[in-house]
Amino acid sequence: MTTASDPGPGSLFAALPTQDAPAMARLHERLVDQAQREGILDVAYRTLETPVGRLLLAATVQGLVKVAFAVQDHDTVLQRLADEVSPRVLAAPARLDDVSRQLEEYFAGRRTRFDLPLDWRLSKGFRREVLTHLRDIGYGRTESYAQVAAAAGSPRAVRAVGTACATNPLPVVVPCHRVVRSDGSPGGYAGGPDAKLALLALERAA
Amino acid sequence: MRRPFEQIVAEYGPVVLRVCRAVLGPQDAEDAWSETFVSALKAYPDLPADANVEAWLVTIAHRKAIDVTRAAARRPTPVESIPERPGLTGRPDDWDGDLWRALKALPDRQRQAVAYHYLAGLPYKEIAALCGGSTDAARRAAADGIRTLRDTYPRLTDQSGVAR
Repeated sequence: MTTASDPGPGSLFAALPTQDAPAMARLHERLVDQAQREGILDVAYRTLETPVGRLLLAATVQGLVKVAFAVQDHDTVLQRLADEVSPRVLAAPARLDDVSRQLEEYFAGRRTRFDLPLDWRLSKGFRREVLTHLRDIGYGRTESYAQVAAAAGSPRAVRAVGTACATNPLPVVVPCHRVVRSDGSPGGYAGGPDAKLALLALERAA
Repeated sequence: MRRPFEQIVAEYGPVVLRVCRAVLGPQDAEDAWSETFVSALKAYPDLPADANVEAWLVTIAHRKAIDVTRAAARRPTPVESIPERPGLTGRPDDWDGDLWRALKALPDRQRQAVAYHYLAGLPYKEIAALCGGSTDAARRAAADGIRTLRDTYPRLTDQSGVAR
C-alpha cells in the first residue's frame, strides 16, 4: 500500500497537497456538527489548561463522563473511552463549554459547587455509591476514608472507599480530593499528591 | 479494540481528501469527504478490528463520490461557478486547475483507477472489486490514465521537474 516504488506517476499529483491543514480544520468542524446533529457523537472531548495541569474532559450526550489528569496519559484514557463507552470519539469542544466554564470559575476561586449533568457509567456498584456521597462533602471541608465508609453504610469498607476514590472517573468535579487520611495527611490521588494538595489549598484560601 | 475515531480522521482524512479532489475536483470534493466520514463514523463500531481502514474509507468515498456526481448532475449549475483558471490566491482548495482539467477529461474508470492506486495506494485487485471488471482491466485503466495525463498535463513531469 505505497506509491514509493512508483515515484513517476506520483509526481504528477504534486499540485494536490498531501496535507491541507485549513481544509482539514474546516472538514473536522463540519464532521462534528453533522455527527452531533445525527446523534452519533458518542464521546466528545477537549483539553483544558488548569493550575493542576492539562485536564482531559469527555462527555457523552448524558453528561460529563471522564476527567483525567495529564499524568494519567490522555491517549490511554481516550482509548479506554473508545473501549468502554464507544469508539465514536471526536475532539468536539462545544459539548464541554459549560464544563470548561465551571472549572475555570472553580480554579479562580469563584465557584464552590458544580452544577453539571454527569454520566456515571464508568463507576459501578459500591464505588459509585461512595462517589455519589462525596458530593455531600462541602467545599473546603474534608472527611477521612473511615468517615466516608461509615456514611456509605459500610464502616469496615475503608479500603474500598480508597479504591473508589482512586478510580473516580470524574475527579475535581466529584470531590474525592476532600477525602484524606484519619491523621490528616492527604493520601493518594489520581492526579498525584501535588494536585490533591493544590486543590485542598485552593479551597482553604477561597 | 478500535482506536478513537478522532485518530482515524487525523491519520486518513488528508489522503481521503486528496482522493476526493482527484476524482471530483475542488468543488465537490469536500462534500464527498464529509459524507464519507459521517458514514464511516456511523459504521465504525461494527468495523472488524483487523479491517484495512484506508481501503474501507476509499470504498465509502467511492460510493459517496458517485452520489455527489449524480446530485451535481441534477443540480442546475451556473457555468461561472467553476472558475476558468483558479488563481493561487492562498485558498488551500485552489490547487492546480490544469491538473483537475486533465483529470476531468479522463474516462471515470481511468480517473478512479489512477486516484485509488496512485493516491490511496489501493491494489488493482481491490480497485477491480470496487469499480467492477477484472484486476487486469483496473491495471490497464490506471496505466492508460497516467499515459494520457502525461500528454494532457505536461506542466510538471518527472523529466523537467519545474513549472513551465
